Amino acid sequence: MLNYLVRRVLIMIPTLLVTSAIIFTVMSATPTNYFDNLVQDMQAQGEKVDTARIDFMKKEYGFDKPPVERYFWWVGGLLHGDFGYSFEYQLPVRQVVGDRMWLTILLSFSTIVFTWLVAFPIGIYSATHQYSWSDYGLTTLGLLGLAIPHFLLALIFLYFSNQWFGLSIGGLMDPKYFDAPMSWDKFTSILSHLWIPVIIIGTAGTGSMIRAVRANLLEELHKQYVVTARSKGLSPMRVLFKYPFRMSLNFFVSDIGSILPSVISGGELVAIVLSLQTTGPLLIRALQSQDIYLAGSFLMMLSTLTVIGVLVSDLALAFLDPRIRMQGGATR
Amino acid sequence: MNLQVPFQAPGAPLAHYVSDKPFDVGAVAKLTPAQERIYFASQWRLMWWKFKRHRMAVVSSVFLALIYATLPVSEFLAPYESNTRHTDFIRAPPQAVHLFDEGRFVGPFVYGLDYKLNMQNLRREYTVDRDRVQKLRFLCHGDPYDFWGLIPSDRHLVCPPADGPMFLWGSDRLGRDLLSRIIYGARISLTVGLIGISISFLLGITIGGLAGYYGGWFDLLSQRLIEIIHSIPHIPIFLALAAIMPASWSPILVYFGITLILGMMDWTGLARAVRAKLFSLREEDYVLAAQLMGARTPRILLRHLIPGFISHLIASATITIPAMILGETALSFLGLGLRPPIVSWGVMLNEAQNMNVVSLYPWLLLPVAPVILVILAFNFMGDGLRDAADPYSS
Repeated sequence: MLNYLVRRVLIMIPTLLVTSAIIFTVMSATPTNYFDNLVQDMQAQGEKVDTARIDFMKKEYGFDKPPVERYFWWVGGLLHGDFGYSFEYQLPVRQVVGDRMWLTILLSFSTIVFTWLVAFPIGIYSATHQYSWSDYGLTTLGLLGLAIPHFLLALIFLYFSNQWFGLSIGGLMDPKYFDAPMSWDKFTSILSHLWIPVIIIGTAGTGSMIRAVRANLLEELHKQYVVTARSKGLSPMRVLFKYPFRMSLNFFVSDIGSILPSVISGGELVAIVLSLQTTGPLLIRALQSQDIYLAGSFLMMLSTLTVIGVLVSDLALAFLDPRIRMQGGATR
Repeated sequence: MNLQVPFQAPGAPLAHYVSDKPFDVGAVAKLTPAQERIYFASQWRLMWWKFKRHRMAVVSSVFLALIYATLPVSEFLAPYESNTRHTDFIRAPPQAVHLFDEGRFVGPFVYGLDYKLNMQNLRREYTVDRDRVQKLRFLCHGDPYDFWGLIPSDRHLVCPPADGPMFLWGSDRLGRDLLSRIIYGARISLTVGLIGISISFLLGITIGGLAGYYGGWFDLLSQRLIEIIHSIPHIPIFLALAAIMPASWSPILVYFGITLILGMMDWTGLARAVRAKLFSLREEDYVLAAQLMGARTPRILLRHLIPGFISHLIASATITIPAMILGETALSFLGLGLRPPIVSWGVMLNEAQNMNVVSLYPWLLLPVAPVILVILAFNFMGDGLRDAADPYSS
């Protein structure tokens, strides 16, 4: 087990390195950079361009050096928690990000829990009642959840809650708590706003998990050991929960690894539509204004979050199912 | 076995009788014509039979076929040109088509629209004028267009009435007809997925095929790369890639840029599937047989292996098309993807970003409907195809 753990953690390092290289390449592949845009904007507005200041800023942020050197400088900073400096906000990235990263994590985690809570009973019910009307209904519902895009669902939710209840569901907390430090009131305010984005983001994952659990459990239910257990006189419920259920539990954990990236991705889009105080809206703003350290660090944080999430799910799976450990690295 | 072997003396040569008469294998167990039809059916025929059993999939395919059939003739089907502005009718509400006016049959018509600017809250108010009965015209002359950019024409299937506008799905902030724009937008929104999927198919089959057949360091490297691409959240990377496309690019270039991005992020799943299939199929007896008969590698690959799982590939490709359509819609919706004057459903939804506007003019959300319908249809069809792809199972 320890061996496996070490190996999995070690694999994470090259993964993150390559990811950071991809992100940095993408971020600096633009033909123009933030400073060019700044100069252009200033000229367009008829302001006098302070070339000395621009040159100073360029130098300060390492824009006079080749990209490779800048990359190592950036990665080196990331390693000891320095995420760089945001041009637009004139603040260190860490301060700009603030609570947003934690809120993103909270949102993703709640979504995963929601997915579990909903998909678990539905998947088992569908599998044990195969080809019944309720099975058809539930699987169709799952497919609908899978098919309807997050951000459109968010738009529709926004519209109808506005139209029918006259209330705005945007945001992740009451506006008065935006800059307030964490307190009980703020926490409850977040909780009362959290459920809408959780449902919206969770639908797709829930849909795919219902389908997967159903398929997996159905396969197990037809295996010989189930027949044996039944013929020895175990009650159907007991058989279900004693054997096949535990098998599908494994799968349940492993599927998180594949759902998590889409939860985080979808979360970003929904956050933009619902203007949540997570990383989404800030990320898109940073991308549009080519605030590359802010955007790059955001992307890096999101990727790290995903990679760690997948790692945790893999480890949990290895813990649950000894067969996985024997196979070595790749579990999916 | 009920063969009667005659009793023989030990050591004597085995009495061996071979009949000269031609032997018909089928004579042992004669198949009825009905059975023959099933047992000798080709793989594709079996798939078709299995696919037909999935009702939703069949309905969805017909729906998709119809929608795709409109693409070449959008100009003819749309009542207006995609960028025709009606400055007198900005954000006009959808009009209903009626058949009867006060109990009298007049054929399809719309009532006239009266426009008034409410000076209190500066809202445009449209009222339906029941006295003005404006009959629709069919196969008539309307906005001129160049059919396929070549043949100038102005023939439309349905035209607005001669004495007024016709906005069956309302109009937008520049007074452009939403219905016409949705019909035009289908062209872009629905082809992005197809081009994207071809790119990802090409990449997936080549990389997955090489990895699966040769294995070794290439396999190791590509697997690591795929794992990395899998583990980073796609949409933020989409956004980043779309954001770096220079603003000076022409819309067509942006369109191809977007399809390229979508294809590049999507090939991993396909490559994995190809590799896994090749790995398991390599060990099959029929491959060994082909090798023993002296077939070369390309022949084994193309003649024996690929036909074995091409149906799976098609099914899994169908399932990823909706993701591509959505990718384009999401990017354009955020203003990072396609830009006007190109019309796509995502570009149209970009206008619906502001909730204050949408709550006043809800018909701006209408492009959501075709997006969701198409995506659902692709999902159902993909489901049916996936079931059909393996016709020999149960």
